[in-house]
Amino acid sequence: MDELSTVSTSVQYIVVKLGEERFGINISYVDNIVRMQRMTRVPEVAPYIKGVINLRGEVVPVMSTRIKMGLEPDVETNATRIIILKFEQQGFIGFIVDAVNEVVTLGTDSIEKVADQNKEGAFVQGVGKSNDGLISILDLNALINDQV
Amino acid sequence: MDVSQYLDIFLDEAGEHLQSLSDQIMILEQEPENEDTINEIFRAAHSLKGMAGTMGYKNMQNLTHDMENVFSEVRNGNIKIKSDMIDVLFQCLDALEAYTNNIRESSDEGSETNENLIKALNDILNGGTGKGGSSDAPAAEAPAEESKAAEASGDSGDDGWKHIKLGDSETTVLGEALKQGKTPYGLTVKVQESCILKAARAFLVFKAVEELGEVIISEPSTQDIEDEKFDFEFSLITISDKPLDEIISAASAVSEIEKVTGGVLDLDNTEIASDEEEEEAPAAAAPAVQEEAPKEAPRSNAPATTSAAPAKTEKKPAGKPVVNRTVRVDIEKLDVLMNLVSELIIAKNSLVAASGSTEDRINSAITDQVEYLESVTTSLHESVMKVRMVPIESVVSKFPRMIRDLSKKLGKKMELYMSGEDTELDRTVVDEIGDPLMHLLRNSADHGLESAEIRKERGKPEVGSIFLDAYQEGNNVIIEVRDDGNGIDTEAVKNKAIERGVITPEQGDNMTEKEIIDLLFHAGFSTAKVVSDVSGRGVGLDVVKSKIESLSGEVEVKSKLGEGSTWTIRLPLTLAIIQALMVTVGGEKYAISLGSIQTIENISRSSIKLVENKEVIHLRGTVIPLIDLHDVLDAPRLGDEDPEHIIVVIVKKGDKLAGLVVDELIGQQEVVIKSLGKYINKCKVISGATILGDGEVALILDANVLI
Repeated sequence: MDELSTVSTSVQYIVVKLGEERFGINISYVDNIVRMQRMTRVPEVAPYIKGVINLRGEVVPVMSTRIKMGLEPDVETNATRIIILKFEQQGFIGFIVDAVNEVVTLGTDSIEKVADQNKEGAFVQGVGKSNDGLISILDLNALINDQV
Repeated sequence: MDVSQYLDIFLDEAGEHLQSLSDQIMILEQEPENEDTINEIFRAAHSLKGMAGTMGYKNMQNLTHDMENVFSEVRNGNIKIKSDMIDVLFQCLDALEAYTNNIRESSDEGSETNENLIKALNDILNGGTGKGGSSDAPAAEAPAEESKAAEASGDSGDDGWKHIKLGDSETTVLGEALKQGKTPYGLTVKVQESCILKAARAFLVFKAVEELGEVIISEPSTQDIEDEKFDFEFSLITISDKPLDEIISAASAVSEIEKVTGGVLDLDNTEIASDEEEEEAPAAAAPAVQEEAPKEAPRSNAPATTSAAPAKTEKKPAGKPVVNRTVRVDIEKLDVLMNLVSELIIAKNSLVAASGSTEDRINSAITDQVEYLESVTTSLHESVMKVRMVPIESVVSKFPRMIRDLSKKLGKKMELYMSGEDTELDRTVVDEIGDPLMHLLRNSADHGLESAEIRKERGKPEVGSIFLDAYQEGNNVIIEVRDDGNGIDTEAVKNKAIERGVITPEQGDNMTEKEIIDLLFHAGFSTAKVVSDVSGRGVGLDVVKSKIESLSGEVEVKSKLGEGSTWTIRLPLTLAIIQALMVTVGGEKYAISLGSIQTIENISRSSIKLVENKEVIHLRGTVIPLIDLHDVLDAPRLGDEDPEHIIVVIVKKGDKLAGLVVDELIGQQEVVIKSLGKYINKCKVISGATILGDGEVALILDANVLI
């Protein structure tokens, strides 16, 4: 990680797992990472909205990243986490992920734009290379857009 | 002088003065002879001028200056109020409002000088004085005096202390002091015109001077100074063994003091001067009048006291006769306070939940304290809510003027009747409600009311009536805009909608009257046959509706063709904390606002009837439709329901009732309303969420949407 941080335009990403694939989330959006907790279901919303949770007195909607990306539904394990991201327009939104691995620093030149044709491709900005392999960088705005 | 820090206060006060002017001119139009009103107008205009001058807004100052001249002549009885004059005055108010709006946006008044208005004012003035004949002197004097007042009154008032009249007791004290080797000094202190708390500054000056010597007398009296009954200047006589410079610098050290001048008091001269004056002008001596200065400006005395005290005759009546015991607080600070109270209530609810679950009663002391805490937080919440509540008066008070203008513009006779102006609403709601109300009123005036001829034909009084009524109903505030005009012509609305392509002719045939009326709220719908600049520009009722809905309120129309229409706006009293009934539906907890709940009933399943394939119940002679919340909320049915009975929460909206079927009642609770956020705002039946004592989130049902 350290040798990459010397690149002038480098960004830190939180690496999360969805199935076997590793995804990067721009750390500047991340407010908090919390354990899976009881959620209050909200009627009449899109199926990927799992409900709302209480985050320090704020009511925060939580979505299933898997369902949104068209993957298999979540199987809750001990490693399951909710990553709370903060967006300028929409405020706090939580994303359920299988596990949170590490923080990596990637230079913009080590991220390649990919024309990924598979179903989660619409939510991937590019692919970055780290020491442990490839990381798909999530397009967060695409994840929260086109909602019902 | 840096005045930017006073900009907010200036804008606030200018707004108040403009409103007061508008109100009073309305009254004046009805009662042209009302002296109190004329005085009030004069005062407001004068204060405005002073404020504008201080802030350096010359155009505004010039305009108010000329307005003040006119009012001054009116007050002196030289000009009679006429209708066209009122029109000019209202135009002036509009111009002033434009200035303040410019200032609000750019802190610059703009370059519009409103020459035509100033000319119109001067025409009034000249016309008036021409008739008055004998009033040349005041007319000539007034402008000269006014122009000086703002920037140059200091020059003429520097030696104000020389004109202090000494009584016997003061002379004796002074004599004693002289014997002790102390020196009497006279001081004249000028406070900055931008100063907000003149009395406090004056008090500090007194305190500073008294540390060095003894204050013998002041002009105006200390009592009047404390009551802010002085313009920007006061004089005092002190005796001290310190040098004059020290006293002056001590007094000048008080902030917001513009100038302190002073000198050694020549006892002999002063006494002679006052003696002379008393002998020369026994009937109307200037000093004697000075003491009455707060009551009226003694202009008529000017010729009698040519040299003695022309400066002092410029004393103006005190601007604010009533001192408000209020504090202006930034609404954001109140929001912070409100949020903290909300947090406190959540914490309190957790405590209540925790203390309820402890099985052993050893901790009865804790339970007591929790109950006490509960009552304190409830009172605290109520107090904070009350602080945030303001009467809708501040919004509706501009409407009579608007209707008056509309009446002239549209050539229809109409009268606005308002009631319940003191109904209170949350400040944020009051700020937003003005535009929708204005639109509804305009709508009534323009589309609702018929012209005088048609009204006559229909046997209605020629003057149309528009009513604006506000009142509280449960947890809601209702504002009704009603007119006795034509009502809504549903056929016309339907044809228009078809013409505009909003609906197809087939749809139109199947619509109920209510559905057709609801079309009025459709975006881009305007039924005005002629587009006037009053209403009918295409943006309209849909904007009203969305605005009110953004305030968690709703708007409804009832109309009878030929008799008039009623627009009802229903707004929640508070946006933050409500009393709610907690229920469970399919194992999930929901809150229903207590304000919309009529009763809770235990209904036997056998008494459910089917009407038009919908479940209804008969309750005390009323047929009430049942709404099963399991269906609405898509909640699971647990299958353990009571086979005999169902629990029904009867909710009401206006005069409509509905029964909500729930699984279980938990109880009444104070809940803090939290937004679900922008991301999932599509869910109509849920108006928000709240955090329960155990940290769990429960959703708040909006019963109004269900009915």
